Amino acid sequence: MRPLLRGVFIILLAALSYPACSSNKTAGGVKLSGAGASFPAPLYQKWFKAYSSSHPGVEIDYQSVGSGSGIKSVIDKTVDFGASDAAMSPEDQARVEGGVQLLPLTAGCIVLTYNLEGVKDLKLSRAAYAGIFLGKVKMWNDPLIAKVNPGAKLPDKPINVVVRADGSGTTFVFTKHLSAISPEFAKNPGANALPNWPVGTRSKGNEGVTASIMTTPGAIGYIEYGYATSQNLPMAILENKTGAYVAPSTASAQAALAAVPLPDDLIAWASDPDAKDAYPIATYTWLICYKQYHDKGKFETLQGLLNYCLTDGQKDSEVLGYIPLPSAVSDKVKAALQNITLAPNAS
Amino acid sequence: MAEDITISQPPSRWQGATDKFFRGLCYTFAWLSIFLVVLIVFRIAMQAGPAVRQYGLGFLTTKTWDPNQEQFGVLPEIWGTVYTSLLALLIGSAFGVAAAVFMSEGYLGGFIFGILKFFHVQFHPFWGKLPNQAEYTLKNLIELLAAIPSVVYGLWGLFVVIPLIRPACNWLHAKMGWFALFSTDLSGPGVLPAVVVLSIMILPTITAISRHSLSTVPPKLRMAAYGLGATQWETILAVILPTAARGIFAGIILAFGRALGETMALAMLVGNANVLSISLFSPANTLAALLANTFPEAHPKEISVLMYAALILLGITLAVNVIGAAILERTSAGLEGGK
Repeated sequence: MRPLLRGVFIILLAALSYPACSSNKTAGGVKLSGAGASFPAPLYQKWFKAYSSSHPGVEIDYQSVGSGSGIKSVIDKTVDFGASDAAMSPEDQARVEGGVQLLPLTAGCIVLTYNLEGVKDLKLSRAAYAGIFLGKVKMWNDPLIAKVNPGAKLPDKPINVVVRADGSGTTFVFTKHLSAISPEFAKNPGANALPNWPVGTRSKGNEGVTASIMTTPGAIGYIEYGYATSQNLPMAILENKTGAYVAPSTASAQAALAAVPLPDDLIAWASDPDAKDAYPIATYTWLICYKQYHDKGKFETLQGLLNYCLTDGQKDSEVLGYIPLPSAVSDKVKAALQNITLAPNAS
Repeated sequence: MAEDITISQPPSRWQGATDKFFRGLCYTFAWLSIFLVVLIVFRIAMQAGPAVRQYGLGFLTTKTWDPNQEQFGVLPEIWGTVYTSLLALLIGSAFGVAAAVFMSEGYLGGFIFGILKFFHVQFHPFWGKLPNQAEYTLKNLIELLAAIPSVVYGLWGLFVVIPLIRPACNWLHAKMGWFALFSTDLSGPGVLPAVVVLSIMILPTITAISRHSLSTVPPKLRMAAYGLGATQWETILAVILPTAARGIFAGIILAFGRALGETMALAMLVGNANVLSISLFSPANTLAALLANTFPEAHPKEISVLMYAALILLGITLAVNVIGAAILERTSAGLEGGK
């Protein structure tokens, strides 16, 4: 009994003293912690790992907890930077004392993947895929789909729509696009991270949606481009604003980004790009930094890190299925780094 | 007595002190756990406050969940939670109690003993141990079901159960679609796959507790029943099971609690759609799945609504336990055989 009790006390003591040992600074180094969007997480992890291994003493920690939580953490000041696919609303920005600077660091596009035996390169018109996600287009051999897919063997089977069950930036971007192309969708359900979908079953995460689609004949759903390429999933060719049918690719997504001018706050939505070779559903994803940092080490590390991400880092993005920033954009973002400053009373 | 030697002596001061200290410690920890529950309920209720004031009881009876319009209702989730849990309990109890009877009656051991007897090795030092070992292995195998992580059940349901039952379900829908339970087709995730997997998940709880309870039935009851000319079937149904009823009910209520709170596997299998349908093949949603799916990206306003939903889930679980305990008291009162 005695040794056991002593053991319990030792564990209790250790547990109590744990928060006391952990502090923001590791011995002689700098520790940055961030949290937010899960969509760019693989790329961020890769960047942060590469940067900290080439800069001894620097430790960068990123928690992929979702855009909403990332914004919450920034407002609560529990992190050094946040990340979000849905940018940050002006109201939320106003809640941060000292202000925030949003920086688009990479971009991605959202693809429609489907499970139809023997149908390759499915083409979907704007009316067709908006109709599918509104629950209006119910069968695969609907004239709206059949018209643009001559020769494809479309089955007389119901369309099983799969959407995300968890709130996500991916859903926000996708519903924003659907709202832009369909007034009916804009009215109800509208753009949201977790809208009130009128149709379909719901699965959690890209992997959940993918699993549901792969096991359900006649299923269609939206996932991230990088995820679809790594899993080798079929991707629908979508009609864009000019009426051209464009397959998702790095080039077509960059064309979409280039079609949208980037304003001074660096928040631009390519909700419905107006360019002939643009894939219709592309988006930036943002890193959220404070405008002022009070710790000199953190400030300098962050500047170095962001410079790395915007130059050498961009080369990593395509391999992982992200869209490298067009050079005009990355120049503009680099210029915006000057808005992030060291507080005058910094230590 | 020349020498005053006694074996017994009053406790020393030290012993008295440690005894008091230990008792105090036990009380503290016991109260601490109760305090913790109260604290959790209190915190959830506090955070749910704004939503409770804004939506009131309408939250329980409306079926729209639309963050854009700020309309929230959890009727489909409440229905889905109770419906899936009850169906799973029905299947799980039938199989679980049957498995418990199978084990406590020693059917497997008896069967192997019979085979060994045929070869005249039933008392062999090695082979003779086989019946007991087979029973032991079977018991552990069933209890092992409880050790499988929820997410593995979910994946298994997604990749094995759904493709397996889909043809049968869609055939039933095509032929008997007029019947309310089959009124939709099964596209993928839905109530039935969730129920099937859930019933397997709660099976070990029911089996383990029922088996334990069956094994404590006094042997004299069984012998008396046989002595009166009852068959084995009659003995099990009319004597053994009623005597063990209290323990079996306890197991079923525990299992119901687990079914209500199960999150991961259900979130993967139930379809998470806000649909209110009695059909076994329609997608549905449960409170636990709603919470797990919605929390990470919820806005501050939504958090209060989600806390309200959590409060309802807590309430349902509490109600089930109270009602279960009451049923237990009433039904088992007259059932037990003489002890």
